[in-house]
Amino acid sequence: MQRRHRLGPLPALLLIALAPATAAANDLGEKLAKEGNDNGAAACVTCHGADGGGNGAAGWPRMAGMNADYLAKQLDDMASGERDNATMKPIASGLSAEERRAVAEYYAEMEVPAEAPGTDAAKSVLERGQAIAQQGLWRKGVPSCVACHGPGGDGVGADFPAISGQHASYIENQLTAWQDGNRQNDPNDLMASVAKRLTEEEIKAVAAWFASQPARPSAE
Amino acid sequence: MNKTHQDTNGLARHTALFLAAALLIPASALAQDDETLTKQVELEEAPEAKGESYFDYPGMDELPEGEFGEAVRSGMEAFVNTLQHPEAKRHVGNGQNCANCHLGGGMAANSSPMWGAWGIYPKYRGKNDHVNTMDERIRGCFTYSMNAGASEAGGPPKPDSQLLKDMQSFMFWSARGAPLGENLPGRGYRSVEKPEDGYSISRGKSIYEAQCAVCHSGDGSGKFTADGKQIFPPLWGEKAYNWGAGMHRINTAAGFIKYNMPLGKANPVKKHAALSDQEAWDVSAYMNSHERPQDPRWEGDKASTAEKWHDHACLYNQEVRGHTLGEGTQ
Ligand code: HEC
Ligand code: HEC
Ligand code: HEC
Ligand code: HEC
Repeated sequence: MQRRHRLGPLPALLLIALAPATAAANDLGEKLAKEGNDNGAAACVTCHGADGGGNGAAGWPRMAGMNADYLAKQLDDMASGERDNATMKPIASGLSAEERRAVAEYYAEMEVPAEAPGTDAAKSVLERGQAIAQQGLWRKGVPSCVACHGPGGDGVGADFPAISGQHASYIENQLTAWQDGNRQNDPNDLMASVAKRLTEEEIKAVAAWFASQPARPSAE
Repeated sequence: MNKTHQDTNGLARHTALFLAAALLIPASALAQDDETLTKQVELEEAPEAKGESYFDYPGMDELPEGEFGEAVRSGMEAFVNTLQHPEAKRHVGNGQNCANCHLGGGMAANSSPMWGAWGIYPKYRGKNDHVNTMDERIRGCFTYSMNAGASEAGGPPKPDSQLLKDMQSFMFWSARGAPLGENLPGRGYRSVEKPEDGYSISRGKSIYEAQCAVCHSGDGSGKFTADGKQIFPPLWGEKAYNWGAGMHRINTAAGFIKYNMPLGKANPVKKHAALSDQEAWDVSAYMNSHERPQDPRWEGDKASTAEKWHDHACLYNQEVRGHTLGEGTQ
């Protein structure tokens, strides 16, 4: 959750005191990310990138700087099948619980990518996306995305992941997966209920707008 | 309170405000003397919508230009981001924005929308026996829902202040084309009848933990960013609405919760509920079984305050979990 550059002097001192333990976890996380393991987990960097920025064309999400507990829960869910994804299933299942935690923390501690993923959407589409993100579509009961995902969509704790600085393709895939019932691991159906109220055109617009925004560390 | 002619009433209020300023009494202490603000009247229920459509309020692309446009924008900002608005925030003594209880920035049907409220004031009400104005209604929400007594300004905005003009400009704009004097479908909150077997605070606790705590926190304190911006509003404790606010009544909060919460699951504009009547009452009672800022109409002790102001469905001065509620938080 906490990122180094945001810590005040006291937690920074604590971090130094705890350095050996953290470093050990990071070593394991870094090794897994760069090399994978012998148990079926391919190196994460192949798809998620050396900087954790993912790949828009392929629909691989950015993970750098996202909440550690959120990432660990997704890995747990993809391993158990609670979140069903053919690409990630063998990879997540190939990691032990300890390894999933370590690699989640490794990505959470990474600096967020400096550049927004970007989009070639037209200005009018981006304006529509921004309005949906910041004001919602209350005429039909859709709250703003930032009401749950926090100011700017930068994420709130373990339950509401950052969606700013995320690839448009990945955002679209997830919203469609919720609409179709292919993703069901959200707490209390919160995201499913919202996704089911959106049209395809609205999904494209809001996804493009979040992709036009740089990722930022969560403000909570 | 006795029936007072509006003029005399206004005069008394102005004199009282003047005296308060002169004696440096926090204006909140005045809520008791300011008759217009003491007797909060419960809203009557709005009629059903014909079909599924509600009043067609204006969109953001219809914001006017010029000086009036400025006033509308400022009033809208004061409503949505009350804690950030330079003038409005001086009158907020807790961690709330107006739009926290009036969803969709004050536009969502069945979430007490401003377009529904605008055309029904001023209104005479037998219950508090005087003509209620919009000005008073807004100042009432500041006094109770925003706990203005603990704010920098020490009380609600003054009648005729620029802030009230801006907020009313926003409301007037939101109701453009709506009929005057009509109780429109979607106005106010829907009412949810008290279940036959009453309600259970302990069942409410389980519902709260399973369905509400993820946003409002286990201890009801909501969530704020490191620099103090609200993410999820607090529901009890010192940053919440006070013991005089409409939301502290179990029936009123149950009506709000049933069609508005959990956010995103319930859908007020489609009258879609995520909880049953029973669950809405249970969780409303649990939420309202915690301490919050004192009722500004404090009569010197809990029993007298309860007797004078709390003859309705609420837990003020009731014993819950071994504690008699109504202590306040300061
Ligand atoms: C072959 C490409 C590939 C590799 C290698 C890969 N991933 Fe993924 N990962 C994906 C795809 C595709 C998704 C998106 C799944 C979806 O659309 O639901 C994803 C999603 C995720 C998510 C969910 C992120 C979120 O925001 O919800 C996590 C966590 C994750 N991967 C972790 C890892 C880790 C850790 C590794 C290395 C051990 C890894 N991935 C290796 C392709 C890959
Ligand atoms: C009522 C609260 C709520 C609202 C409003 C909301 N979301 Fe979500 N969203 C969630 C939750 C909770 C999750 C996490 C799901 C999980 O843990 O699996 C989520 C997850 C997501 C994800 C997946 C992120 C990832 O890394 O896999 C995307 C994309 C997303 N939301 C987009 C949006 C967009 C776009 C909007 C606005 C149209 C929006 N959300 C509005 C609650 C909400
Ligand atoms: C804690 C929740 C809460 C907050 C915050 C809040 N209100 Fe209200 N408001 C209510 C409730 C509940 C009612 C219904 C009155 C009742 O039954 O007591 C109401 C009623 C109103 C009405 C009258 C609606 C009608 O149809 O007659 C107006 C106008 C209003 N509020 C404006 C405001 C303004 C302006 C603010 C911010 C300064 C605000 N409210 C903040 C809960 C809230
Ligand atoms: C997904 C997050 C989320 C969940 C879950 C949720 N709420 Fe809320 N709640 C909000 C937000 C955000 C607001 C403010 C809405 C706004 O400003 O537009 C709010 C407003 C409220 C208010 C208005 C009161 C005030 O003082 O500001 C009450 C009461 C409330 N919620 C009760 C509940 C109850 C009870 C539950 C569980 C049944 C619940 N909420 C579940 C996000 C949530």
